[in-house]
Amino acid sequence: MALIAVLALVPAACGRDSSSGGGGGGSSSASADPGITKTSIKLGGSYPFSGPASAYGTIGEGAKAYFKYLNAKGGVNGRKIDFMALDDGYEPPKALQNARRLVQQEKVFAMFNTLGTPNNLAIWDFLNQQKVPQLYVATGSSQWGKDIKAHPYTIGWQPNYVTEAKVYADYLKKAKPKAKVAVLYQNDGFGKDLLGGFEQGIAGSGIKIVKKETYNVTDPTVAAQVGRLARSGADTFLNITTPKFSAQAIAAVAKSGWKPLHILNNVGADKNLVLKPVGLQNAKGIVSTAYFKDPQDPQWKDDAAVKEYRDALKQYSPKSDPEDGFNMYGWTVASTMAKALEQMKKPTRAALMDAVRNMSLDQGTLLPGNKVETSPDDGYPLEAMQIIKFDGQNWKLQGNLIQAKAK
Amino acid sequence: MERFIQLVIDGIAIGSIYGALALALVLIFRSTGIVNFAQGEMAMFSTFVAWALVQAGLPLGLALLAALAASFAGGMVIERVIIRPVEGEDPLTILIVTLGLFILVNSAAGWIWGFNNRGFPRALPGGSTKVAGVQLSYESLGIVAVLLAVTGLLWLLFEKTKLGLAMRAAAANPASSRLVGINVGRTLMIGWGLAALLGALAGVLVAPQLFLDVNFMGGVLVYSFAAATLGGFDSPKGAVIGGWIIGVAETLAGDYIGFIGSDLTILVPLAIIFGVLLVRPNGLFGSPEVVRA
Amino acid sequence: MSVERDSARHKQLKLAGLAALAVVAVAIPFFFGPYRVSQFTLVLIYAVAVLGLNLLVGYSGQISLGHGAFFCLGAYTGAILLHRTSIPHLLTVPAAALVCFVAGLALGLPALRLRGLYLASVTPVLIKRFDGLTGGSQGISIAQPKSPSSLGLADDQFLYFLALAVAVPLFWLASGIVRRNIGRALIAMRDDETAARTMGVNLATFKTRAFGLSAAYAGVAGSLFTFANGFVAPESFTLTVSFAFLAAIVVGGLATVAGALFGALFIVFVPVWSADVDEALSGVIYGATLIACMYVFRGGIMGLLRAAWARVVEVQGSTKGRSEDEVAEVAVGGADRRTGAGAGGMRS
Repeated sequence: MALIAVLALVPAACGRDSSSGGGGGGSSSASADPGITKTSIKLGGSYPFSGPASAYGTIGEGAKAYFKYLNAKGGVNGRKIDFMALDDGYEPPKALQNARRLVQQEKVFAMFNTLGTPNNLAIWDFLNQQKVPQLYVATGSSQWGKDIKAHPYTIGWQPNYVTEAKVYADYLKKAKPKAKVAVLYQNDGFGKDLLGGFEQGIAGSGIKIVKKETYNVTDPTVAAQVGRLARSGADTFLNITTPKFSAQAIAAVAKSGWKPLHILNNVGADKNLVLKPVGLQNAKGIVSTAYFKDPQDPQWKDDAAVKEYRDALKQYSPKSDPEDGFNMYGWTVASTMAKALEQMKKPTRAALMDAVRNMSLDQGTLLPGNKVETSPDDGYPLEAMQIIKFDGQNWKLQGNLIQAKAK
Repeated sequence: MERFIQLVIDGIAIGSIYGALALALVLIFRSTGIVNFAQGEMAMFSTFVAWALVQAGLPLGLALLAALAASFAGGMVIERVIIRPVEGEDPLTILIVTLGLFILVNSAAGWIWGFNNRGFPRALPGGSTKVAGVQLSYESLGIVAVLLAVTGLLWLLFEKTKLGLAMRAAAANPASSRLVGINVGRTLMIGWGLAALLGALAGVLVAPQLFLDVNFMGGVLVYSFAAATLGGFDSPKGAVIGGWIIGVAETLAGDYIGFIGSDLTILVPLAIIFGVLLVRPNGLFGSPEVVRA
Repeated sequence: MSVERDSARHKQLKLAGLAALAVVAVAIPFFFGPYRVSQFTLVLIYAVAVLGLNLLVGYSGQISLGHGAFFCLGAYTGAILLHRTSIPHLLTVPAAALVCFVAGLALGLPALRLRGLYLASVTPVLIKRFDGLTGGSQGISIAQPKSPSSLGLADDQFLYFLALAVAVPLFWLASGIVRRNIGRALIAMRDDETAARTMGVNLATFKTRAFGLSAAYAGVAGSLFTFANGFVAPESFTLTVSFAFLAAIVVGGLATVAGALFGALFIVFVPVWSADVDEALSGVIYGATLIACMYVFRGGIMGLLRAAWARVVEVQGSTKGRSEDEVAEVAVGGADRRTGAGAGGMRS
């Protein structure tokens, strides 16, 4: 009896061909792909709104606020953006489930800004097989732009970690050509990418790494690691950490009495999130990099783009703090996304990728002179950064924008 | 030698962080017979309450006292409202209830206070002193002193007071305890209240070093579990010493067995615990399980 | 209705129930879209791991908080084999089972004493250290199994049936085990170690074997998980995986074989549902649901189903013929577990 029931179902099996399983894909010859109509565009993203990396979840809030603001102004070419951001708790398998849901069930037009290196690695094969754009991922790993042919639908956004590391290496070559460097780095792709870039950058110079320490994101504290670095005799501290550990490391350096030249990576250099909790006086003299305008920097107080950001965030995401640099990040990357949609010539995923891969864009919230630039051979939208130094009250821009290429 | 002593001191300072929360785990195990997964998250929530009170303008001392009192009350309420319905159930059922509580409290704190990192004011003096070439931080000395005092008080409570005796009896055998006239419900509530209070104390003591966010107790909990396991899950003294052994082992391993690298120092406590448990299945100071025929 | 235990009528009823379940299981991939099917595939995969953990925890009373470590080991065994050799996907399943069985035997007793928590948090660190083999934090991408064109199935449907084909024999095996000697020894041991010892059960051997078996189940689930995701990374195996498995056995029903399926349904669907109700409060909703389940389903969902079933069909028969499942259930419901053996179980 059961067998008959099973057999009766088999024709149904043949009824569902595998391409419908693919949610359409870019291969169809239809005039428009799924997720886009004359009046709407559906985008999807996956963020850590819960779990160990939940501090980054606010990037998604900043992006949502931008799209709401844009929709209130009429959207992109008459199309309103519907951005569906799901929680993955920073777990790659959940990010994959989210991507499947967004592509196959919610039928989004493109994936936008999913956060985290492992999470994007978990979904990039799936999205490229489905020919769904995976745009402006929120991670600085250098691999998103490395092999465009293998993953033509994937692109990053922020200056990658290797680029950033080279900026520090160049800075150090001028500021302290005989530096003895102690490094603290996070034991994952992010930490190793930055460390590797720095090692490449100082190759052949008088700069030496004298001690390396690492930590796992599950460690309660990095005090012991910083203690060992402080005793290493190094005169320079390269601090490759995420915000909570950045704060712990700065505090531990202050406590130890060690007075190195302190280089802190961009992701840990938020004044509100990291430096204030430690005490601003302990952060004086720290060097880092920036590529967009810091909403906490008084010099942008009357800047039109920053004001627009503040006002819109207040209106469309009242729970978010406009001082929080991660919100500014989300806002700025969302405005890049909107530009790409605006420049898209046909309502198809392939046409969107064309626009994404041929871009030259000034954006108000980026540092003056900084541009989003891509070409079919250049898969890295942002590659310029500027050195900043903390004066005890604020980050101060130093010198000019530095163009660095990751290779 | 000076370096060695310095490392041991640093290790004890770090181990005290683990020991502080382990004390709360041990207290609740001794007084209610369960392992509370949510202990770390409850401590985090208490610490946020103290933080919020300071933000609201209360002086630090007052804010801490208020948070500790609120935690004691909160712990009792949690026992009465959330745990009581499953009292007497399979221990695993209670464990899952505390797991649900873990997820719930973490998410609620994020909803109320957000996920950002916050500085927490120091209750203990900052700065340090040098004794015979060894740097001693006042804060770490203070935490060690508090841990020793709490361990002493717990010993007094369990060994010298009627309440403590009642708690041990209620944890070991609720049915018989009722027969001899112990108000089991009340002692369980007090046990939860005291554990929550100890957790809160641990939270406010370590938050200035670890920085406060909704996940700041997650990593500590794993180490505290290890500390309590090593020391014996029902021994307050064991919890503190277990924490110290783990802290010191990690610190020394990082310096002296350099080849394993700082990522793998996490294995050294594991090896120690394995070794100890093979010889003493109930940990260093744990009492052996009584098998009733 | 009233039937005699083990009568022809009783067997018919049981068979009909199984047939209905089979029809549902086979029909699922044809009634849902690819995303839903992938969720059900996950349910099958988790169910295998949960079943393995239940053999250990439910039947032998030993708690392993770090079972995600074996799930992870199985997933990586599969991924490394698929990445470095050209063996067919399905062969990685027994390989993962074997590796995890051996690891379970080796780590068994000390791991249980450690409660596994620390063990599970060490695993990602080890994966990163041996990056030559494991790809480190970069993870390993593997090609997912493709549906042979002769079957006319979409890949997601094929993957579902693959998982089903592995899960069904494992469920069958488990229900066989709990009915035979091992199961009896485990239950005896859980309920009264001293008595079990006097009955001639070698406790250490049995605990270790139970742990090995349980680890092997987790390993199989892990290797299937690799197929389903096409990617493994250290971040995929956090403590939450271990916690979810533990929650699943209690929600489904301790010491029940079928409960694993309900537990797996819970851990796959309830978190997604919670987040859909309210993104910001999803953890509050999920946590509260989990707690509520402990209040409402005494004996898990299986306990509830059995109670409901008992109202419809009254099964009569001597205690001699009672299945181990029911004996186990009585023991789980018994209040005395909380005292001697209960607290002991928590600590062993």
